[in-house]
Amino acid sequence: MGSPFDINGGACVAMVGKDCVAIACDLRLGMQALTISNNFPKVFNYAPSTYLGLTGLATDVNTVSDLLRYKVNMYRLREERNIAPQTLANLVSSSLYEKRFGPFFVSPVLAGINETTGKPFICGFDSIGCIDFAKDFIVSGTASEQLFGTCEGLWEPDMEPEDLFETISQALLAAVDRDALSGWGAQVWIIEKDKVTQRLLKGRQD
Amino acid sequence: MADRYSFSLTTFSPSGKLVQIEYALNAVNQGVTALGIKEVLISTYRSPSLSKISLVTPDIGMVYAGMGPDYRVLVDKARKVSHTGYKRIYNEYPPTRILVQDVARVVQEATQSGGVRPYGVSLLIAGWDEGVEPQSEEASTEEKPTTKTGGILKGGPSLYQVDPSGSYYPWKATAIGKHATSAKTFLEKRYTEGLELEDAIHIALLTLKETIEGEMNGDTIEIGIVGPPADHLLGFEGVEGAQGPRFRTLTKEQIEDYLTNL
Repeated sequence: MGSPFDINGGACVAMVGKDCVAIACDLRLGMQALTISNNFPKVFNYAPSTYLGLTGLATDVNTVSDLLRYKVNMYRLREERNIAPQTLANLVSSSLYEKRFGPFFVSPVLAGINETTGKPFICGFDSIGCIDFAKDFIVSGTASEQLFGTCEGLWEPDMEPEDLFETISQALLAAVDRDALSGWGAQVWIIEKDKVTQRLLKGRQD
Repeated sequence: MADRYSFSLTTFSPSGKLVQIEYALNAVNQGVTALGIKEVLISTYRSPSLSKISLVTPDIGMVYAGMGPDYRVLVDKARKVSHTGYKRIYNEYPPTRILVQDVARVVQEATQSGGVRPYGVSLLIAGWDEGVEPQSEEASTEEKPTTKTGGILKGGPSLYQVDPSGSYYPWKATAIGKHATSAKTFLEKRYTEGLELEDAIHIALLTLKETIEGEMNGDTIEIGIVGPPADHLLGFEGVEGAQGPRFRTLTKEQIEDYLTNL
């Protein structure tokens, strides 16, 4: 039996640009080598400019995304404000660490713009909530090794939104083509201050 | 059936009152006066050596009127809940309103639980919130000193009162304890919008002087302020981004200085 992280497959990546961030995921849901669906997005929205990608075991992706939706909704009701990306990062971290000895098999990736400071923010987590703060990009999923390669090769600092979209899309598509468990289309979000663009990439359907 | 309402201390009387809460309020109204003005501070008439103003988080402090032992229990609970209910989850301290709500919940639970009596204290909680709305450039120029008027969204100082029933109220300025009514009347006359810190301390001391009996000096008065970050209280320096506490108590000497200028 393989790792629970590799059963369903999937990939996710986040990148920082100039006053913008991007997050993208593939759309495959599989059982080992058998593809079940090509419409399984792994990126979820928690505030107007804050998104969270979840790769790993699909059942845990659903559970964790729903749990966080509940927690973030309660936060918004209590505090009468949207949750900041940094605050969400710590909420994700503490929620995952609560299950330290029976963890959710997910690798979250967070991307957003802080509404107060206007600054982009991305970070990643391991399955028990250790935060990986990054200035450039974060990768996760069964294609993470390939993504590290494509991102290292394509990313550069201070990209404009259009440039960032092209870069993250090419990085993801190129990476998932070299991973049997990821691919089957992709979704990309470009997050600017006061504007979010979502795009669907058809990708290879084989 | 004389013991009909005595199986629990927290049972409604037929007239709809919870008499234990009324008794608790009586305890509060006999307590020494404490007062607060939103722009700044909490100040009080103190018993020798035991301090009444407590820090809860670096930016939030509180003071009480009523029973001292109950207050110290509440201070412990407030400090604990600010971590278990907030900082350990979000890695930041709770905004003033959230902390007040958490403390108010503790107080309320004592009015509905078996085997306990309500807390015999009213609290004044003052704190500073950074605010989440982006500061506009014009706001920082000379014309308007600040747009931070308090609250989670705009940021700035805020003042709350928590009662033994668990209800809480936001105030611009208020007083609790003995002579609270006359102190509030005095504050109502003196308070103006957008007070400076120094003016607010002055008004608070004037109010206290008008309403309480006994001498006022550095030993009998305590003052807590919500001011600019006090970096000298950090205990270290040279760490980028580190900010000192905004809530702090004044020293005996500082209080004496304010009193001589009264």
